[in-house]
Amino acid sequence: MKSKKPKKPFTIEQKINRRTFISFGTFAVLSGAAYGGWSWLKNSPKETRTVTAGAKAPLRRALNKTELAFRRVFNNNNLVKTYPKERAAKVVRYNSGIGLQTKPDVENWQLQVKKQSGEVMNITLDQLKALPKTELVFDFKCVEGWDQISYWGGVKFSDFIAHFNLTDQAAMPYVGLATPNKKYYVGIDMPSAMHPQTLLAYEMNNKPLVPQHGEPLRLIIPVKYGIKNLKCIGSMVFSNQRPPDYWAEQGYDYYSGL
Amino acid sequence: MLIYWASDTYSITLFGHTYFKFFPNWFYNALNIPKRLSEGMAFHFLLMWFFAINGVVYVLYTLISGEWRELVPKRNSFKEAWLVLLHDLHIRKMAPPQKKYNAAQRIAYTAIIIMGFGSLITGLAIYKPVQFNNLTWLCGGYHAARIEHFVLTIGYVLFFIIHVVQVVIAGWQNFQSVITGFEVVDDKPKRTIKPAVSDEK
Repeated sequence: MKSKKPKKPFTIEQKINRRTFISFGTFAVLSGAAYGGWSWLKNSPKETRTVTAGAKAPLRRALNKTELAFRRVFNNNNLVKTYPKERAAKVVRYNSGIGLQTKPDVENWQLQVKKQSGEVMNITLDQLKALPKTELVFDFKCVEGWDQISYWGGVKFSDFIAHFNLTDQAAMPYVGLATPNKKYYVGIDMPSAMHPQTLLAYEMNNKPLVPQHGEPLRLIIPVKYGIKNLKCIGSMVFSNQRPPDYWAEQGYDYYSGL
Repeated sequence: MLIYWASDTYSITLFGHTYFKFFPNWFYNALNIPKRLSEGMAFHFLLMWFFAINGVVYVLYTLISGEWRELVPKRNSFKEAWLVLLHDLHIRKMAPPQKKYNAAQRIAYTAIIIMGFGSLITGLAIYKPVQFNNLTWLCGGYHAARIEHFVLTIGYVLFFIIHVVQVVIAGWQNFQSVITGFEVVDDKPKRTIKPAVSDEK
């Protein structure tokens, strides 16, 4: 391929060489780019710690961009599949007790709701139980791969917001929940929280929640993986910024939406 | 069947009973998988874009260029593919006709596209089972979709192994033609003695 200005048309031999050179050149460049791209990704540094942490920086960017792309298809009319009560597991899988290390004082438990103004509301379980109860039998999904049909009862998050005049707070893009001991905490985007199947649940299999499953009140949010379904809610905050999230600090997707 | 990609010790210590494990522990350790679920998921949700975009571009190119004619199995392909198999296993001496792709290749290369499409659909079905609940339903539910997605992955592994072995066996000339799109056949001296029937190679 030395002749840069061929005056005569190429011979067959030259054409073969030329095309082979171009093809193999392209092949080598693309292979090199693929290999280079992979090793760049593999050796890329961890993200700087913010609300999220623990993931490689480019992968975190990809997770966030992917969330934005799929958010376009998010619609509160898309409901999780529900099942008859008989299909629900009698023995509900217990997977994690993070945040439950200290036993909550169930007798005197109150849900602490912090408004943006700084005003704090304390809501008792009886106040919540006085609201219409919504039941949900759905396939609970874990990031680890298992799923299980389970049966929950509680107050719709959106009913809760409406009843306690928190509509202005729910106009903010995020809500954060934490256990009473603050060891486990999740951040939820408001559209997902306001999804008609999101519950502040106080019953499992038609009985009050047991300690392992988040007594006295837990979040059941079918549009998210299990890691977002916080057990034993102690406090709730509304925010314009993403609230801290336990697993997002361990490299998981902040949104973990389904 | 429980497909469980997270660290096995996690599930065992918590419950004290063992699940059926699709892979033994040494397999996980060899791949350095344990405790890296979040990382794996993050890689998955980035590389899925390349998988999908690459697939769409390939299928579009194949359709627009007309190359699909060389790839889609013909009516007699399934019968012929059997003969290719027998030939490749050295059971039958004569090779069935080989044009650009033989019958077995046609089936394999079309199947892999259908599998790719299947992975895309089952993948979306388990990635967003609420938002894409129709897809999940189409796959037979969330649990079934996960199994399908997994089985397809095993399928790629098998395809990959057979494919690479076949390329190695076929030799350098063939590999060169894969890259350049043509194969140089120096048939000048043979011309007079070449039998008229065979169009092998």
